[in-house]
Amino acid sequence: MSKEREALLDPLVNNNPIGLQVLGICSALAVTTKVETALVMGAAVTAVTALSNVSVSSIRNYVPPSIRIIVQLTIIASLVIITDQVLKAFVYDVSKQLTVFVGLIITNCIVMGRAEAFAMQNPPKLSFIDGVGNALGYSLVLMIVAVLRELFGSGKLYGITILNPVNEGGWYEPNGLMLLAPAAFFLIGGFIWVVRSYKPEQVEEDFSVGALFESGHEVHLR
Amino acid sequence: MQYSARYVVLFAVAVCAVCSVFVASSAVLLKERQDANKALDLQEKVLVVAGLMTPGEDIEDAEIRRRFEKSIEPHIVELATGTLVEDIDPAEFDQRKATSDPERSSLAPPNKAKVLRVPHDARVFHVVENGEIEKLIIPIEGKGLWSTLYGYLALDPDTRTIAGITFYQHGETPGLGGEVDNPRWKSLWPGRKAYDENWQPAITVVKGRAGPPEDDPYRVDGLSGATITSRGVSNLLAFWLGENGFGPYLANFRSQRGI
Repeated sequence: MSKEREALLDPLVNNNPIGLQVLGICSALAVTTKVETALVMGAAVTAVTALSNVSVSSIRNYVPPSIRIIVQLTIIASLVIITDQVLKAFVYDVSKQLTVFVGLIITNCIVMGRAEAFAMQNPPKLSFIDGVGNALGYSLVLMIVAVLRELFGSGKLYGITILNPVNEGGWYEPNGLMLLAPAAFFLIGGFIWVVRSYKPEQVEEDFSVGALFESGHEVHLR
Repeated sequence: MQYSARYVVLFAVAVCAVCSVFVASSAVLLKERQDANKALDLQEKVLVVAGLMTPGEDIEDAEIRRRFEKSIEPHIVELATGTLVEDIDPAEFDQRKATSDPERSSLAPPNKAKVLRVPHDARVFHVVENGEIEKLIIPIEGKGLWSTLYGYLALDPDTRTIAGITFYQHGETPGLGGEVDNPRWKSLWPGRKAYDENWQPAITVVKGRAGPPEDDPYRVDGLSGATITSRGVSNLLAFWLGENGFGPYLANFRSQRGI
């Protein structure tokens, strides 16, 4: 697998930012009650991550290490504001539903995580692909969660009625829990479980002290 | 590699300068489009409560503007006296900004709707067909369970009969209080009476079911599982129909028409 291919495809399942790294959970809870909002959020995060990776990577050899984090943050914050402005201008309805969560992309650990861990060491083109790949991994999980929540929570998919709910004269009793934040926790937990059963190498090592003793590691107790 | 303090400061300044150019130009270049979106969004909400458009109807932006300009007349009302104010442009008026501006609003008296500030002036809409006022539309807001509900109430020209209600912004629990924007629930409102015989605000959302509008004019079905949101709707209507809200304006409107 070429480096570019790996940077793009690896974060989808093998190294999924939500599934394996458990990053970016906060917004995954908030914007996934509908497929439409999840889709726009995914696109916004993809744009921000890809562009921030390119920008950080292209100045990586000039950034003084002492201020590198704040420089990354400035770049990311600017990109998020621009994204927010663009959404307000072109998809006003969705941007109203996303409210503060677009602004909160700044705090999405995936964006800064990729800037610091990848873009600071790699050339711009590869960093761009890495940003797109990671954001797509994030969007993939967002979409899975949103499809399940919208379908079972309101009987719709992308606003089109699939299961006709009782409130509108149909037969389907919507599952209200699906529309509340905890449902996203259960679904993401389920997703991580499924992926790790399928790929057991993703299961973290047991770091409890007992396990370390058993494995023969040298343990320093203070 | 060691960087001099001078280099670090200059680098930081350069990054900030470049970023601010990007941020500022995106804000300036897109402002016109954003403002157009905002205006369109307002027109859509008003058309929906006026019954001139079904929610989610797929029509061109130009058609929304055309329908709005054809039948809707915005006016600014001074709430305390209930008279129309001519020297404020309704298109430029932002009621939420006015409500938070201490110069243009005052503290609300204690009320059940938990409205904290009342603007001096508010924007109402007249729905006009062939030169005749068909409906009056007033903005309403107040606390539900988690959030402030924002909406519009449409009244017939007798100012007593409700023509429609809509809530366009709220953060209530989806499926429970969030049903305030359910079209089926909103369809229970038209034909019911906002005021009783003595012109006191009378409409309430009850727990359980209400009868048809002819037999049970002052009551509307409650939202099941959302007692507090339902109560919030009753309270906010009582407030905005009352003397601190649009009461004086509606009374003036009646006396001009000899009701």
